Amino acid sequence: MTEKLRVIARLDVKDENLVKGIQYEGLRKLGDPHDFALRYYRQGVDELLYLDTVASLYERNNLGSILRRTTEDVFIPITAGGGLRSAEDVGDALKAGADKAAINTAALRDPSLITRVARAYGSQCMVLSVQAKRRDRDRPEAGWEAYYDNGREHSGRDALEWVREAVSLGAGEILLTGVDCEGFRRGMDEALIAAVTALVDVPVIAAGGASGADDLIRAAQNGADAVAVGSILHYEMAEVPQLKRALRDAGIGVRVCGAL
Amino acid sequence: MRRVVTVVDYGRSNLLSVQRALEHCGAEVRFAKSAAELDGARFLVLPGVGAFADGMAALNAAHMTEPLRRLARDGVPLLGICLGMQLLFDWGEEGGRTEGLGLLAGSVVPLPARTAAGETLKAPHIGWSALELSGAALESIREALPRAGEVYFVHGYHARPADARDTVAEIVYGGHALCAAVRRENVAGFQFHPEKSGETGLALLRAVLSAGS
Repeated sequence: MTEKLRVIARLDVKDENLVKGIQYEGLRKLGDPHDFALRYYRQGVDELLYLDTVASLYERNNLGSILRRTTEDVFIPITAGGGLRSAEDVGDALKAGADKAAINTAALRDPSLITRVARAYGSQCMVLSVQAKRRDRDRPEAGWEAYYDNGREHSGRDALEWVREAVSLGAGEILLTGVDCEGFRRGMDEALIAAVTALVDVPVIAAGGASGADDLIRAAQNGADAVAVGSILHYEMAEVPQLKRALRDAGIGVRVCGAL
Repeated sequence: MRRVVTVVDYGRSNLLSVQRALEHCGAEVRFAKSAAELDGARFLVLPGVGAFADGMAALNAAHMTEPLRRLARDGVPLLGICLGMQLLFDWGEEGGRTEGLGLLAGSVVPLPARTAAGETLKAPHIGWSALELSGAALESIREALPRAGEVYFVHGYHARPADARDTVAEIVYGGHALCAAVRRENVAGFQFHPEKSGETGLALLRAVLSAGS
């Protein structure tokens, strides 16, 4: 783990709306993503993560206009993902205000894309998004498989081997989603977080399933460098200062912003 | 009065984010893609994302290296951000040893491989760190920096100024003190991204803009 846990607000976007899904199925519309982004920025969140949830199905990315609007009054790092298929797509997202690009589907199809993006824009900007699903819920030793297209499609690849290969190809950060936990708010896949953070030296963002500060504390204790939080914030179950206070009280370093 | 800021566009930057932050701080932003467009600049910002050798190659290809040196030596305030700060130095190691702008004495080298305690140090350093100001910091910066003010870093290399008096602020990463901000007369640099460092970053940008007036 690095010195301070980053708390990242995850905003899943479909067309012009912030949405929230249960295991990527049954999307619920929540409103204008910019309103949410600004609210979390003012609460002191450390980064934003915009994911275009349907982009890879239609092979396009609609985040440009949302990114450009966000840069007007939100001054923290932004990662954009969903449907990015080439180094040119990444370049467009960066021009629109993103600082990093999260890639899953296109990297699984053509791992050399990781190297091209890292060479063109630096590995710090090449975030590998991994959707890891347990092969057998009753047999943890069976490990995890990497999925794509929002957790719907098998890649046939072992998730840990894929992470290791991607880092060797130039991925500078891992966005790690436990598909089994995604959207349930019943806790994160802690064994997965521990396995991936032990495997690679690049920062790991744990995502999927956080139901409250206790899950974030456990993610940090299992080695996560950052945590991505969606539902907890969107449904106002907790605000950012509250989460950071709980983390700090548990002995985990966080960025202090305003009155904690 | 609105300060007119010329942002050097050499194709290696998050220009939109830098522009928005400067505008938010009350500046009027112009972009310079060529030596001619640098002419008459009153305040220069050299942003940058990427590798040292590649960044210098891009500046050279745009024929802006010499004009930038000349403007800075003529006293035009110049703020380098991230790679832009690194390029202010004599030379850098990223992408092969490469000559920089040479406006500040020193070099840019990889982050230490190990923490002070001997453990593997994660690189690049991505995240928020608290600035510790040195005696050389401007009063306006001191006033702008809130207590426990943290700023956002993304870097795999760090500057080693030859003259310790050029270091304005440091951070501690992996138990090592690393140069985070520099200033010598009209030439200043931030290793962090003020445009991505929330209200603290904006306050520091405002301080530099007002100091250069």
